[in-house]
Amino acid sequence: MSGMNWRGIWAIYQFEMMRFFRTLLQSFVSPVISTSLYFVVFGTAIGGRIDQVEGVSYGAFIVPGLIMLSVITQAISNASFGIYFPKFIGTIYELLSAPLNFLEIVIGYVGAAATKALFIGTVILLTASFFVEIQILHPLAMVAFLLLTCLSFALLGFILGLWAGNFEQLQLVPLLVVTPLVFLGGSFYSISMLPSAWQTVALFNPVVYLISGFRWAFFGIADVPVGLSLLAIAGFTLLCLGVIWWIFRTGWRLRS
Amino acid sequence: MAMVELRQVRKVYDSGFEALKGVDLEIEKGEILALLGPNGAGKTTLISIVCGLVMPSSGSLMVGGHDVVGEYRAARSLIGLVPQEISLEPFEKVGNAVRLSRGLFGKPRNDALIEEILRRLSLWDKRDTPIRALSGGMKRRVLIAKALSHEPEVLFLDEPTAGVDVELRRDMWEIVADLKARGVTIILTTHYIEEAEAIADRIGVINQGEILLVEEKASLMKRLGRKELRIELAEPVTALPETLSDRSLRLEEEGRMLVYDYDTSAERTGLAKLMAELSAAGLSVRDVDTRKSTLEDIFVDLVKQQEGAA
Repeated sequence: MSGMNWRGIWAIYQFEMMRFFRTLLQSFVSPVISTSLYFVVFGTAIGGRIDQVEGVSYGAFIVPGLIMLSVITQAISNASFGIYFPKFIGTIYELLSAPLNFLEIVIGYVGAAATKALFIGTVILLTASFFVEIQILHPLAMVAFLLLTCLSFALLGFILGLWAGNFEQLQLVPLLVVTPLVFLGGSFYSISMLPSAWQTVALFNPVVYLISGFRWAFFGIADVPVGLSLLAIAGFTLLCLGVIWWIFRTGWRLRS
Repeated sequence: MAMVELRQVRKVYDSGFEALKGVDLEIEKGEILALLGPNGAGKTTLISIVCGLVMPSSGSLMVGGHDVVGEYRAARSLIGLVPQEISLEPFEKVGNAVRLSRGLFGKPRNDALIEEILRRLSLWDKRDTPIRALSGGMKRRVLIAKALSHEPEVLFLDEPTAGVDVELRRDMWEIVADLKARGVTIILTTHYIEEAEAIADRIGVINQGEILLVEEKASLMKRLGRKELRIELAEPVTALPETLSDRSLRLEEEGRMLVYDYDTSAERTGLAKLMAELSAAGLSVRDVDTRKSTLEDIFVDLVKQQEGAA
């Protein structure tokens, strides 16, 4: 891989991260506030009535789901915006005229978006630790799930950003598809709390596998077998990589 | 070996529009070529293909001996592009934006060079200013700085002076002269004949996706420098008087109009003498008018030839 333009990748990565640091206050404060709000509303108000889910206090139970919720939305929005914005304002010309191949562009943008999502996930985890006692039974699995989620959804976001022809389309998929899937994916409840018919429906939601596996890494409890969860997230990452590869081969939406 | 070499380059967009119809073009190292042409002639498409923004439908393009498609890394490393549209990240600081460009081209960080470029373009004081706070002319300077930041050997300037003030235009011409002295090859597109006149070595005319001519500036300017004196006579004549026969005069409009071609760049145009000779020959003049052949006339002529040949 010595033929790769690593300086170019680094330049993209740095530039994208600078955008993030320019709005550090917003990047840092907004997840802290929203997480705190979730704890006030769900943890305290609802948690006061639910008490425990499968032996874990409700406040702690929602932590993995909350992290996933933010990480997934942030990875998608950062990556999609990161590549859409240059398309929108025209600075993409420089990227296309530089001695960079598509893979290098992807590594730069997706790497930066995944880093931001990881940062926000960590901030939420730390914030949550002020509200509830958190145990992490399988720290390695926890990190693996977190990294794969950051990466795969940043890839998905990149694809969305390439596909989107306007700002409405840019927000359409996250709004109409991703947010409902994440909310219905068991962020705030266990699938076993649903009526059995809905449990079957829930199994068609890919996010269920993610949150279930992530929660297992924390508390050792899961809605679906953890192996299946790993398989699902690995499969999703591969799918995104496959689409990226196809775009790479065809030059879709980048060069006329 | 030519620095830039295009062979039978065609581009048909998905819409079916044929933007380039088999363009051949060779540009030598260190040369400044001005591409003139009306809007939609294919100037920007041509530049975009060489720079990697648009894929050619067929034909071959070499820059510095490297195929633009097959060896895009080697080819693009040599090329700097100043686009026509002002496309800049509004929230980024000037210095960072210029450094990013150098990084994208895989060049190691060089703050001394960036400083030199920013100073040269009067941008050094603005290095920490967000781009959105700059005037239009300053933004164009940033585009130039970005293109120069990675030390290109071939520089494309797409309508660099469209809508810029006189000061920037002068600066730009000076920079172009500097770059040429360092052996940089420069291709610029323009609407303005004065611009081509000021800086180009050769001038290419492009229309409807075809290169109509590529000519040394000097010879083209000679053609552009021709003027016509039209003398309307009070009384029509059937033939030129004997005394005027050695002059290159034409009779038009049934003997009512005398037409005299002359070269404004010549030391003596002989206009005063001609008027004296006319009056000596007993011809009374009702009116005089002059017409300069413009770039537009040349376009019209060339387009007519193009259509006639088709």
